[in-house]
Amino acid sequence: MALDKTTVANIAFLARIDIPEDRQETLARELSSILTWVEQLEQVDTQGVEPMASVANLALSWRPDAVTDGGCVDDVLSNAPEKNSNCFVVPRMVE
Amino acid sequence: MTYAIEGNTGRWTVVVGLEVHAQVVSESKLFSGASACYGGEPNDQVSLVDAAFPGLLPVINAHCVEQAVRTGLGLRARINRHSVFARKNYFYADLPQGYQISQFDKPIVGEGHLVLDMPDGSSRTVGIERLHLEQDAGKSIHDQVPGASLIDLNRAGIALMEIVSHPDLRAPDEAGAYLRKLRSILRYLGTCDGNMEEGSLRCDVNVSVRREGEEGLRTRCEIKNVNSVRFVMQAIEVEARRQVEVWESGGEVLQETRLFDPSRGETRSMRSKEHAHDYRYFPDPDLLPLELDEEFISKVRATLPELPDEKKERFIADYGLTPYDASVLVVDQANADFFEEVAKDRDGKLAANWVINNLFGALSKAGLSLAESPVTSGALGRLLDLMTSDVINGRIAKDVFEIMMETGAEAEAIVEERGLRQVTDTGAIEAAIDEVIAANPDKVEEVRSGKDKLLGWFVGQVMKGTGGKANPAVVNDLLRKKILG
Amino acid sequence: MTVLTDLTLVEARDGLAKGDFTAVELTEAHIRAMEASRALGAYITETPEQALEQARQSDARRATGTVGLMEGLPVALKDLFCTKGVRTTAASRMLENFVPPYDSTVGRNLARAGAVTLGKTNLDEFAMGSSNRTSFFGPAVNPWKRTGDDAALAPGGSSGGSAAAVAGRIALAATGTDTGGSIRQPAAFCGIVGLKPTYGRCSRRGIIAFASSLDQAGPMTRSVKDAALMLSAMAGHDPLDSTSAPVEVPNFENALTGDIRGLRVGVPREYRADGLDPEVSALWDRGVEMLRDAGAEVVEVSLPHTDHALATYYILSSAEASSNLARYDGVRYGLRVEGKTLDEMYSRTRGAGFGPEVQRRILIGTYALSAGFYDAYYLKAQRVRRLITRDFLEAFGSVDVLLTPTTPTPAFALDEEPTDPLTLYLNDVFTVPTSLAGLPALSMPAGLSGQGLPLGLQLVGRHFQEETLLNAALVLERACAFSGAPMFAGKEV
Repeated sequence: MALDKTTVANIAFLARIDIPEDRQETLARELSSILTWVEQLEQVDTQGVEPMASVANLALSWRPDAVTDGGCVDDVLSNAPEKNSNCFVVPRMVE
Repeated sequence: MTYAIEGNTGRWTVVVGLEVHAQVVSESKLFSGASACYGGEPNDQVSLVDAAFPGLLPVINAHCVEQAVRTGLGLRARINRHSVFARKNYFYADLPQGYQISQFDKPIVGEGHLVLDMPDGSSRTVGIERLHLEQDAGKSIHDQVPGASLIDLNRAGIALMEIVSHPDLRAPDEAGAYLRKLRSILRYLGTCDGNMEEGSLRCDVNVSVRREGEEGLRTRCEIKNVNSVRFVMQAIEVEARRQVEVWESGGEVLQETRLFDPSRGETRSMRSKEHAHDYRYFPDPDLLPLELDEEFISKVRATLPELPDEKKERFIADYGLTPYDASVLVVDQANADFFEEVAKDRDGKLAANWVINNLFGALSKAGLSLAESPVTSGALGRLLDLMTSDVINGRIAKDVFEIMMETGAEAEAIVEERGLRQVTDTGAIEAAIDEVIAANPDKVEEVRSGKDKLLGWFVGQVMKGTGGKANPAVVNDLLRKKILG
Repeated sequence: MTVLTDLTLVEARDGLAKGDFTAVELTEAHIRAMEASRALGAYITETPEQALEQARQSDARRATGTVGLMEGLPVALKDLFCTKGVRTTAASRMLENFVPPYDSTVGRNLARAGAVTLGKTNLDEFAMGSSNRTSFFGPAVNPWKRTGDDAALAPGGSSGGSAAAVAGRIALAATGTDTGGSIRQPAAFCGIVGLKPTYGRCSRRGIIAFASSLDQAGPMTRSVKDAALMLSAMAGHDPLDSTSAPVEVPNFENALTGDIRGLRVGVPREYRADGLDPEVSALWDRGVEMLRDAGAEVVEVSLPHTDHALATYYILSSAEASSNLARYDGVRYGLRVEGKTLDEMYSRTRGAGFGPEVQRRILIGTYALSAGFYDAYYLKAQRVRRLITRDFLEAFGSVDVLLTPTTPTPAFALDEEPTDPLTLYLNDVFTVPTSLAGLPALSMPAGLSGQGLPLGLQLVGRHFQEETLLNAALVLERACAFSGAPMFAGKEV
């Protein structure tokens, strides 16, 4: 699969990564060559094979419903690049 | 009679499906041990897991699983023994992980249904497509700091049930009935408090229109986050009308997300939210499939309360109520319980009549809830007893009830204190009748000459003469004898 | 005189027990070595004061008779393990100043066992890489050099800093994490033992995630016994990690009998690929002979889907990473580059905070999960993953362990690193398949190349049978008598 610059720009937006204009061409080439390599998987016959999401042969374990955490606003905000009134601050969002 | 919109080119019908987000009643969050209480100081009900600190992992709350299963059973739905949590990936400031843990192609609850009770007493079945568990997002605050938004994650990670209906609804009032019924069931089950103002029940509405008689569906729009039953009904109405106008003017309805503005009575496009959404769902590798065994499901089933539909049937069968009265009484479990306490060993229809018309009417006029009622079920029952044992008549009972509402006093005490006992002493009644006859000889003649209806007037005069306390049946009886011989 | 930094974990433990030296002395020796070896770039953050305090407490505990499994032993943590109050960077600009208010479960298990923490070791950014070159702080350097050649060699990756620290005698042992070979490949490059346990054996809680369905922590040590000892301290069920296995943790050291008579060893046919370095191939043959000599039965087995493991791994790990790394958005912690809108702030932050390799993988992962491509890439890879796992399970029907090379080549020079990502990924060709199957696997130094560089052999075991794996490794270790010490070790620079 050959990706063009526009596709790369779309993926980069989905992933919220700023890619400078002058890198997009190279990146498109790199990603295309990786995808082409990955397409070898088409050769594998996977008819009737269930996708495997995890190797852990376990059922999900449940925890009891009790308040055991929280109440640690100082820790929660300890690394915040910007905070105000015990909240995180982001550029204004338009509703 | 089907709901239809009269367009310029003909009649249009509306097709509606609802996606309801119901906050699960639980102590702690879906995947963390932080409190799931409403409110709290900003970011104080947040664990580092909720704030998506690196390396911290979700662990599922057993009670939330049970609540989802309980709700599924209450909606007569299939419980999926195997379900999968998936990540819904998107960036937003109130979504700390950069993805919401939700369920995608393998939800915990599958097909079910819900019965609507329409005001005319009829009922209609609406299909439920699925119910799945997911995390709530945090809250953004926009007006506190200029040029910036504040993020409070107290709500982030609280368990929600997303309940999706089939597009089976055909009118705004059906959507309203659906929401009310769903809320009623959730409250019976104790799985969601149903409080729309606090946001514990939120609704997305999918609306499309088509020409009357047309098969197939046209493009739908999704109206996001409508927060009251009334607004849901209004939003459907204005959105349907808008779509009819678009189609009739030769345009095309675009599939998009819209917002309902109740102050302007219109919906408008939220194009900003449409931007290149591609959620890239995939199974959350931090979680394993959720497996439920039959024993667990049976255990939950065994603890289900009697639900509104069953209760309604029982009220009709055991108390002889009309379907409408029964459905009004079962909306709320407390109302139904109150009614049953009043109706115990009494006439069910009389009890229903008094609870619905007199008590509910008086409470709503006074702006009180049932729990705040000055008249208890016991007191109302004893008032009915005074009536059925002929101590007071129906008219006086209404007066007594009003005093009970005002003072909270017992009916019997009021009757005694104010001398409201019904007069059955024929001597006293006869005296009052004689007085009225003597004063109205012309009217007596009219009755005798065949104007039966005037007898009612005589009854009224006699009742007035006895201060309303005379037994109306006795008065009627004696009047007939004296005038008609 | 004993050089304290040359001891193995087990030797140091026994020396402490006999009172030959104290934990403080042992720790001081390592702090001096750490300072002397900064040119290795093995550590991103050194914590000498904290280490000394822990050592003092350990000596005090020992005086009261309380002795944990790792009592007083100075070790290093890969800088992917969150440490309360000590910055944890994942070797990324994104987390350059991130100070977690919590410890990883594995780190806490080690501390509870009495271990002393010297600092946080270097790695490829977010554990994505096989050379250490993607570290924002510059790569760690392999303490080994080719005979007669001064070129700086790659320590491997991603746990290259841990491997360099252990081989360079500036930690008795270190933790690593392995997603597709990140413990085993650097262990092979640096001539030490690296064990990737069964997926689920060690808690992932508090370890910065790369690919959740593959990531697994394990010990990096200078002997097989050390690996057994350290794994006993690291492992255990963690109710805060849903993928952590609720299984008992045996005392792995006690399981080492050195007797492998009757053990069935499988040699996978497909690993003898074209282009396998002849030296590596010969070493592999010698390993097979050694096990046979010790009474093992050697069987050729087939793992037919081996060829497709790398592509499968690449898609699955990148897809998971694209989602796992979405949380680095400049809002709650880490780097933030301001922007006028929320999206602009996100994109600038992530554009500046992630290096090119991390960005490449996020983009590939995003693409593989996106609408229209999910089935062809992600689901397809998940299906092939099942086939690869089945291959192993089938092989383990007739054998107890597998023996393979760890890497196709010895360490390459940092400036010789292939710039083509595809060639670089080939480093992981022997380690990736076992990661996909979640199996325990261990790399141990088995000899030197003609140029004097260590070469590793890999043993692979059944799920949760690390004991068998370690026992076979012990036999091989004794037979190989690998005694090489790197050029750099113990030398002032």
